[in-house]
Amino acid sequence: MNGATFSLRRWPQLLGIAVVLGLVAFAIFGPLANLFLWAFAEKWYFPNKIPQEFGLKFWTQVFSPRGNALGSLGTSVWIAVLTVVLSLAVAIPAGYALARLRLRWRGLILLAFLLPQAVPNLPVYVNIARVFYEIGLNGTILGVVLVHASHGLVLAVWIASAAFASVEPSLEEAARNMGASPWTCFRTVTLPLAAPGLIASAIFVFLESLDEFTGTYFVGVPDVTTLPLLMFNASMGGNYQIASITALLLLIPSIGFMLVVERFLKADVLAAVGR
Amino acid sequence: MSLQLADDDARVTNSGERAGSWRAYALVAPALAVIFAFFVLPLLLSAVLAFRTKDGEFTLEHFAKSWDLYRTDLLFTVGIVLLATVLIGLVAVAIAGYLTLGENPRAVAILRWLYRWPLFIPFIVTGQIMRTFLAKNGMLNHVLIGSGLIEPLAAQSLLDWRGIVVAFVWKQAPFVTLLVAGAMASLESQHIEAARNLGAPRLRVLVDIVLPQVRGTLLVGLVLSFVTMLSVLSVPLMINPNSPTMITVDVAYRISTLSDYAVANALCLLTLIVAAGGAWFYLRRAAAEGGRA
Repeated sequence: MNGATFSLRRWPQLLGIAVVLGLVAFAIFGPLANLFLWAFAEKWYFPNKIPQEFGLKFWTQVFSPRGNALGSLGTSVWIAVLTVVLSLAVAIPAGYALARLRLRWRGLILLAFLLPQAVPNLPVYVNIARVFYEIGLNGTILGVVLVHASHGLVLAVWIASAAFASVEPSLEEAARNMGASPWTCFRTVTLPLAAPGLIASAIFVFLESLDEFTGTYFVGVPDVTTLPLLMFNASMGGNYQIASITALLLLIPSIGFMLVVERFLKADVLAAVGR
Repeated sequence: MSLQLADDDARVTNSGERAGSWRAYALVAPALAVIFAFFVLPLLLSAVLAFRTKDGEFTLEHFAKSWDLYRTDLLFTVGIVLLATVLIGLVAVAIAGYLTLGENPRAVAILRWLYRWPLFIPFIVTGQIMRTFLAKNGMLNHVLIGSGLIEPLAAQSLLDWRGIVVAFVWKQAPFVTLLVAGAMASLESQHIEAARNLGAPRLRVLVDIVLPQVRGTLLVGLVLSFVTMLSVLSVPLMINPNSPTMITVDVAYRISTLSDYAVANALCLLTLIVAAGGAWFYLRRAAAEGGRA
């Protein structure tokens, strides 16, 4: 084959691909670049295309003891960890039962776990805040964790169920036939095989809790300030630099997980979601 | 397929021992209890409050008031979320389709690396990002002007319904793409190769062969996105808080400014009906598939 004519014939097509990929790249990174500029802008007035002055003044402000960012970050992470522990503790047995055991209303139960996603959360948060206020859970970490967990369970149960479903049943049968008890079989065969999917669901729950805004806003007041709350207040107060810096802090775990997600969430698990 | 097998299997092993079934319910119970206590109960409370006067009598006045004040916003919300859902579906199928059928390995690799960036970026951060990017003096307009595509005077702020749709698609399309691309990757490649060998164009292969097989996954992703977007407060609050806006903003306003829980709860129930439409769509499909199996 003549390489020169080959590439000549392919040239318009390659150009087309390059243009489309360029547009996709701009659609993805343009907004992120804008955020980045704001995070390092010390002075940026209309109609300048880029900030007149760059600097780290606002970063020192955010991380100063008065800026509250580190405290909020700590609170956010602590809440997220507790949410993961609580969610997985109840989601793993539920996911296993939904994938493997006979349940009469399996579809209905799966749908019940869809509820927190299927229903506007605002009324739930508002009314739960009133109840929590009466029993002294408002403004406590535990209150926020309970609200986050009831929402995180959706993904946890669905992914856990898909992860267990993608484990080949014949492997479990082999273990059982060799005399393993159901518990041993679950512990040594099913659980390790489903582990990548379960880790993925743990990370999903962690991120969802870390990023949650509305529930914390209602249930966390006045004592629990998470990072998203800090960001929102800064943005609504018109301080785009502080908001952008806080947003960048929130982006670090999100993008970190995005880069590794497929290592945990294999195609076979994804294909089993919702079945 | 594998799950179907597992189901049959469980049926065989459990048919003898009735204990199997109560064990299954016991395993599901704690998770259901959490959902019930911290989600269903508050929701029922909301439903009760929406139908009650101050004296505790049954009334529909909160709904009448909601309809009077907010029917534009209700239609606006449904329109925005539906449009975003359709766009998300198109983007997801296009990207996942190219990832599966693309012939240029380098382009496929680049696209696979590119599309996922917004996957786990929170809605509230997406709101902040788009608030600056789509503004009149945001980067989008600077680039459009700089490349000569629009005149400087034609630059306009997109921080209205368009901004909300852009933010939703930007945030949710990668999620649906990830699901759909995963489903496509697990398809039998012989069918696709056979069709390609017979000379079918890639678009035909995508629409006629690949898409029907991943329809279930696509639908789940879209329904999840649809209901998620319905209940997002931060994005409309940050991009387009003035009327017409999304119902979530109105709910927050009724509560934080007026302490009017009754109308807020009525608005929430109306949104719930819209969300139920999405759930019904999913159930109908699940029932159809179950009937075939």
